Amino acid sequence: MESLAFYFLSFLAVLGGVLLVAFRNPVSSALAMVLSFVGLAGLFVGLNAYFVGVVQVLVYAGAIMVLFIFIIMLLDLHHEKAVKFRSSTVLAGIVIPLLLLAQILGVIQAGVQGEEAEFDKITAKTMIESAKEFPKDSAIHKSLTDEKAPKLPDTNLIGHTIFTKYNFPLQVMGALLLVATIGVVVLSKRSQKRAPTES
Amino acid sequence: MASLNEFLFVSGLLFAVGLAGVIIRRNIIVIFMCLELMLAAASLTLVAFSRFHLSNGLPDYNGQVFVFFIITVAAAEVAVGLAIIVALYRARQTINVEDLTSMRG
Repeated sequence: MESLAFYFLSFLAVLGGVLLVAFRNPVSSALAMVLSFVGLAGLFVGLNAYFVGVVQVLVYAGAIMVLFIFIIMLLDLHHEKAVKFRSSTVLAGIVIPLLLLAQILGVIQAGVQGEEAEFDKITAKTMIESAKEFPKDSAIHKSLTDEKAPKLPDTNLIGHTIFTKYNFPLQVMGALLLVATIGVVVLSKRSQKRAPTES
Repeated sequence: MASLNEFLFVSGLLFAVGLAGVIIRRNIIVIFMCLELMLAAASLTLVAFSRFHLSNGLPDYNGQVFVFFIITVAAAEVAVGLAIIVALYRARQTINVEDLTSMRG
């Protein structure tokens, strides 16, 4: 059952990727990208990474897709549809990724195989075992040892990691977002000197 | 549950599809979308390894925090990149990469 969901979601993700490349209309491409990212978010959830899956949908399928569609509509690119592809570029675009894929397959072949490549199960028993690391009155401990339905407190654990081990990188990331915002404002501003000649 | 290798293969496949898009397509916005696809494919690898490498019975959250940071950087990158594309379109009235050859030697 779980592996059926895996195959369906990975098919969805790859199909979205192929359609993203194949569609001539950029708006259709943007929607295919959303399909791909939703499939990918499903795969994340299948890997017990609920928080990352939700953030993936919110940021990629929500914010970034809207930004792309907004820019496509703003630039009004419908007349770009008739562009011809040179056969040499198409050939390169097929051969080079295939080479890359062959190399990746080789690396996978050389890595862990068979039983060892299976994921260890996270069960109620292992969760109670791992809860010992955390203080008794913490939300993480409570969720891990909950008698009725113990569940992985994914978001709490990520928050715990970010705000203890990765506190400084988080601050840097905040500064990066600020710099990006300022950069976008500066870039989008029409330069004052040239404004009269352009109109 | 599918094995680690299957996740790695799907991730590689997505990355290859994104790379194919970057090479084939001529529209700079679609190229940019394919770059995003490649970033997301790489984060699938990170999450798969984070789940595979259990530490103390829980997934290794270092990997997922890394993915979180990648998503943040990707969001900032998209905002700046699209602003550059708009500025480019304003200056040259095209977003076809074959028309943008002023840096060719």
